[in-house]
Amino acid sequence: MMTTMRASTAILLGLAIVGIVLPFTGLYVQFLMKCVSLALFAVAFNFFTGNVGLLSIGHAAFFGIGAYLAGYAVKEWNFTPELALGGSALAGAVLGLLMGGMAIRRQGIYFAMITLALAQMVYFFFVQAPFTGAEDGLQRIPRRAVFGMLDLSNDYVMYAFVLVLLVGVVWGLQRLMEAPFGQVLLAIRDNEPRAISLGYDVQSYKLSAFAISAAVAGLAGGIKALTLGFAGLPDAHWTQSGNVILMCLLGGLGTALGPIVGAVLIVTLESRLASLGVVQLGPLAIDLSSKVPTIIGLIFMMCVLLFRRGIVGEIAAAVAAFRAQRLDAKGG
Amino acid sequence: MFDFPIQVLLGQVTIGLVNGCFYAILSLGLALIFGLLNIINFAHGALYMLGAFGVYLAMHKLGVNYWWSLVAVPIVVGVFGALVERYLLRRLAGLDHLYSLLLTFGLALVIESIFRDIYGSGGLPYPTPSELRGLIDLGFMRLPLYRIWIVGISLVVCLAIWLLIERTRLGSYLRAGTENARIVQALGINIPLMVTFVYALGAGLAAFAGVLAAPIYQVQPLMGSNILIVTFAVVVIGGLGSTAGAIITGLGLGLIEGLAKVVYPEVSSTIVFIVMMLVLLLRPAGLFGREA
Repeated sequence: MMTTMRASTAILLGLAIVGIVLPFTGLYVQFLMKCVSLALFAVAFNFFTGNVGLLSIGHAAFFGIGAYLAGYAVKEWNFTPELALGGSALAGAVLGLLMGGMAIRRQGIYFAMITLALAQMVYFFFVQAPFTGAEDGLQRIPRRAVFGMLDLSNDYVMYAFVLVLLVGVVWGLQRLMEAPFGQVLLAIRDNEPRAISLGYDVQSYKLSAFAISAAVAGLAGGIKALTLGFAGLPDAHWTQSGNVILMCLLGGLGTALGPIVGAVLIVTLESRLASLGVVQLGPLAIDLSSKVPTIIGLIFMMCVLLFRRGIVGEIAAAVAAFRAQRLDAKGG
Repeated sequence: MFDFPIQVLLGQVTIGLVNGCFYAILSLGLALIFGLLNIINFAHGALYMLGAFGVYLAMHKLGVNYWWSLVAVPIVVGVFGALVERYLLRRLAGLDHLYSLLLTFGLALVIESIFRDIYGSGGLPYPTPSELRGLIDLGFMRLPLYRIWIVGISLVVCLAIWLLIERTRLGSYLRAGTENARIVQALGINIPLMVTFVYALGAGLAAFAGVLAAPIYQVQPLMGSNILIVTFAVVVIGGLGSTAGAIITGLGLGLIEGLAKVVYPEVSSTIVFIVMMLVLLLRPAGLFGREA
């Protein structure tokens, strides 16, 4: 138990230090804030799929509702950022309870299809609803002072604020998994019939995990809307659900740092490819900026075919194998 | 409230039936693939789109007419499906089925984005073949001949597939393989070959629907993912258990969608999902489902 506590503290410290150092390396703060919001989204997805073992293809709905709610609340109701973000998380949780309540009883493939279909329904709702601005989305969402004192219109202050949120949520979810609730969740994932026979209400545990994951995804959407000043239909589109699966898969599904690593890599890749523009490859002129979805899809397939444990998962497995080898050498 | 003209109603009903035919063919293929491979083929929409682009490109690049394409395009896409199964999906056999699902998801992304990169997101028109142009006068209304053709040929194809599965030797192997692949293989039946065949058949069916759809809907790269998500809802409603169930549910939901367009247009894009929610609440295993 001591070692896991220390490992999780080290992860949090490392995350915080890297997060604090990055703005001084000359990276755009806008880019870093996008990384933070998508990293939090990936953390949310990973919390459910990594710990419960069910694949959700509907998380874009939570990200989308969080983004729209935060944007609308700040813009039209003059909410303060902390209140708007709280609303995002709450909206995500409520939608998560509704969607999860319908889907959670079904297994594997059915669960995936139901979450996708319900999320698509939410998407159509956003297309028609009067408050989303349809194709235009909500633009120029203002940044107000948080808690009435920190001025978020400064990019660095805003970044510090969302970084604290990210580290705080990762810490909170880690504590939750160390608590009895998390241990029961893992027991259900590893052997559901046994957990049932021990008297646990398996469905409500899974549903709670889904709602928590949805709340964090909503918060991530809210952060995205406030930092980038924009909320729109792409946030809620099913490709966004696909993106978050890819981030977790690339970084390592079920690992603590994997989702964050995957999110940062994908955001970096997207912005790099977009800025490279047309590249001359021998006689071929290739416009890389339009190839982003193709390349993302290819990475997706390669992840599934070649390294299913993801980057962080592969490293962890290599370290474990190395340790086992050393133990063998000592013992032998 | 019910004061719309009968022509409008019947027009939407036939459009609904046409859509229902596409849902039926697509969910039939999904159910076949699910039965033997235990995966949901997320690339199904992309294969449908390939069918539509196939007939479009065959005409513009090769000068092949609609009728030859109707036969050739599903075969070509079926062969493509066989290659995907043999060289990609088979590597994941024996692992968690979610990985195969994610692979087809990635494959769909790649196929769609390649076509979107080349042809843009706009629709490309495909002319209705000259033999099927014009209207048929039924006395109380006029129906476009092409819609009747789609409904007719789709029903024939669905019936043929149903007969293949329920009434032939090959079909009995398939059904047995769905029940327990390992025992069937121990009895000397080549299950890996059948898996490839079934995936190719499902891919070919999806492409066939795509060819049929090209003249009434425009050919565009995202046509597949739009229809696929609705088809998933259809599959959840019908359950993946039975061939006939997939066909009946597909047609029924197409009709309901068509009626919704007349009665209450605002919900026409979501009515299938609403039905899905109701079914999930009342009959969680689906209307024809076997899964508990």
